[in-house]
Amino acid sequence: MEEINSLMHGFSIALTPYNMGLMFVGVTLGVLIGVLPGLGGANGVAILLPLTFTMNPTSAIIMLSCIYWGALFGGAITSILFNIPGEPWSVATTFDGYPMAQRGRAGEALTAAFTSSFIGALVAVLVITFAAPTVAKFAIQFGPKEFFAVYLLTFCSFVGMTKAPPFKTITAMMFGFALAAVGLDTVTGQLRLTFGHMELLKGFDFLIAVIGLFGIGEILLTLEEGLAFKGTKSKINVRIVIETWKQLPKYWKTMIRSSVIGCWMGITPGGATPASFMGYGVAKSMSPNGKNFGNGEMEGVIAPEVAAHAAGTSALLPMLTLGIPGSPTAAVLLGGLLVWGLQPGPMLFVEQKDFVWGLIASMYLGNIVGLIVVLTTVPLFAAILRVPFSIVAPVILVICAIGAYTVHSSMFDVWLMLVFGVIGYVFKKLDYPLAPLVLALVLGDRAEDAFRQAMLGSGGEMSTFFSNGLVGGITTLALAMLFWAPVRGLLDTFKPKADRS
Amino acid sequence: MLLASTAACAEAWKPTKSVEFVVPAGAGGGADQMARLIQSVVAKYKLMDQPLIVVNKGGGAGAEGFLDIKGSAKDPHKIIITLSNLFTTPLATGVPFNWKELTPVQMMALDQFVLWVNSETPYKTAKEYTDAVKAAGTGKMKMGGTGSKQEDQIITVAIEKQSGAKFIYIPYKGGGEVAVQLVGKHVDSTVNNPIEAVEQWRAGLLRALCVFDDVPMPYKAKVTKDKSWGDIPTCKSQGMDVDYQMLRGIFMAPGVSKEQIDYYVVLMKKVRETQEWKEFMEKGAFDQKSMNGEEFKSWLTKEETRHQSLMAEAGFLAKKQQ
Repeated sequence: MEEINSLMHGFSIALTPYNMGLMFVGVTLGVLIGVLPGLGGANGVAILLPLTFTMNPTSAIIMLSCIYWGALFGGAITSILFNIPGEPWSVATTFDGYPMAQRGRAGEALTAAFTSSFIGALVAVLVITFAAPTVAKFAIQFGPKEFFAVYLLTFCSFVGMTKAPPFKTITAMMFGFALAAVGLDTVTGQLRLTFGHMELLKGFDFLIAVIGLFGIGEILLTLEEGLAFKGTKSKINVRIVIETWKQLPKYWKTMIRSSVIGCWMGITPGGATPASFMGYGVAKSMSPNGKNFGNGEMEGVIAPEVAAHAAGTSALLPMLTLGIPGSPTAAVLLGGLLVWGLQPGPMLFVEQKDFVWGLIASMYLGNIVGLIVVLTTVPLFAAILRVPFSIVAPVILVICAIGAYTVHSSMFDVWLMLVFGVIGYVFKKLDYPLAPLVLALVLGDRAEDAFRQAMLGSGGEMSTFFSNGLVGGITTLALAMLFWAPVRGLLDTFKPKADRS
Repeated sequence: MLLASTAACAEAWKPTKSVEFVVPAGAGGGADQMARLIQSVVAKYKLMDQPLIVVNKGGGAGAEGFLDIKGSAKDPHKIIITLSNLFTTPLATGVPFNWKELTPVQMMALDQFVLWVNSETPYKTAKEYTDAVKAAGTGKMKMGGTGSKQEDQIITVAIEKQSGAKFIYIPYKGGGEVAVQLVGKHVDSTVNNPIEAVEQWRAGLLRALCVFDDVPMPYKAKVTKDKSWGDIPTCKSQGMDVDYQMLRGIFMAPGVSKEQIDYYVVLMKKVRETQEWKEFMEKGAFDQKSMNGEEFKSWLTKEETRHQSLMAEAGFLAKKQQ
């Protein structure tokens, strides 16, 4: 096997004490970046990029990608402890992760999240190692209509499985779409819904909305409930890791499903955010514990984390082989490579073997190092929940404000964050779900662009969404997901009564 | 004694805190790549005592970044790299800013545009391709490009005027995405910058038909197996008289002092002398024209008028009441 030889060669490059040291430093820095909402992977990598200029390209990319892994791991921490997702793909992790933390099971939730990220990433790296040339070709089959079909599938699988009243889900989603439409319209090149306010021309950034809706909204709710912080009984014990690991194997089916979804979404390249929502949605409708999702079910943490990280990692494949950066972080990461005269693209695998295989080997090692680092921090982070709320809340508030400011270095965004905080509070009081709003805000403008590009190309024919096997298959699957819940509900009513006792 | 005082005078102004380097476009695009290269060259050779930090402000087709600089009058710790949206965005959207409200510092280079098709198609020359577009009829062949009513679409309209062919123009968010869409045959042609499509070209997935410049590009080293950038004919020589380059220049906020401008002019001169910059120029087949001061200003004035007329002809100007 040529791949095995190349990989072993890659390990021999990556496994020097110097490079291993860089991995630990990179992962630790990455976790810190991931914990600060708003700083995010892209900004973090950009700030730390100059650190690597004195290194050789392989060591530098090892360090940078470890910062990236660390940030991915770190994103789950704030989602679980404070209900503040630092990245779009951490939103689905909050659904069950935060309820677990509130019930004093923060340590378990963190361990499950970290281990799941590791498993998802590992599966994806295996795919990259052995299927790179064949699978990479799949990505270029995706034009506007295929992209729209994937986004449609994400929305449908979400609507199909949600347990909130359909009216409230749709209202929240439409509100998200409206927010996503603000700013410059890609297709006409005109400003929309800015009402002459120049602050609005950049649209509503996901991070500011999420920091406000989830972070500030949660603080407001807790204030009202009398400053009680519910996670105080969380166990702080290293043994929690081992105990959680004992439970994990029984969720193997969910892990396999989410890995497949994640790898597929990463390669196509639908991205980590659709993957995490889809992973959660599919697990919810297929798992025997599905009805309990949202109340602190460990499986509800595992499903999105495995899918998101399988997608995030396998997204590196089209990037390396086609030169499309899958995310802003990846773009910054690879922009740094220009200094060494490396250009991502189809020729990279042929001309820069040492670099590519060194990078792939560092993905294996970086993930292992990352898992070790974050697992040792579990007791530490779980302990944060024991700090009295009156101390923690102001700190969270400051971190949120800094995070919101950092996104565009603009004070306007901090005020916007507070407005979103109030909206989040009102939504929770009225029992409207926030997740559909966030999903529509993140994917709404991309879905709209893809739809209108497809319409331009087809001359307005809707049949374009069934014009070949690939797009037709995804569209059909999307419609099936949308109607799955009502159909199953109907089937249930016709089943023998014994089933429903 | 006299020498020492002139030396002190030349060093009159230096940044006293970190400098924000605004990119009025998203991460990963052409302007972003150049800004990050400058940042890394500055850091590698320690050309500045203070850090240079790249910040993307690409909202509203770059208006976010330009308005930020315009609103930071007299702040010498902010610079911005421009692309054609310096001219096109205010004209197309009516967002109130103009290059005269910023301080021009240095033209770094001009970016070329090349007409690309998928290498599996039979078209060998620009003429063959536009004839095929004409033969297919209106609304059949697709031109993919970055943004709407920006440089790519301006060139597309110019091609249509010159050849009589009619395209469906499909706007995407970034140049890298456009190149990949052409590889996947979701569009029939693009006018990508060389740096955006070079890797796909080297891999034999794309074919370059012509460059939108008066003279061929000066780079003779082979990029693909048998072609160099210099081997691509001009579009003019193919009977399509379209000439368009895009400014890659550095600007500062309004109201900064002469010493402050000079500091960045000298800094950018040092950047342009590095090996990394020269390699980047060759890789992206840039036109290495560079100028500053009055010469740069008169170039900008001419270029603004040209964009005004190009966009008026194409019907891309914003309605005044918006």
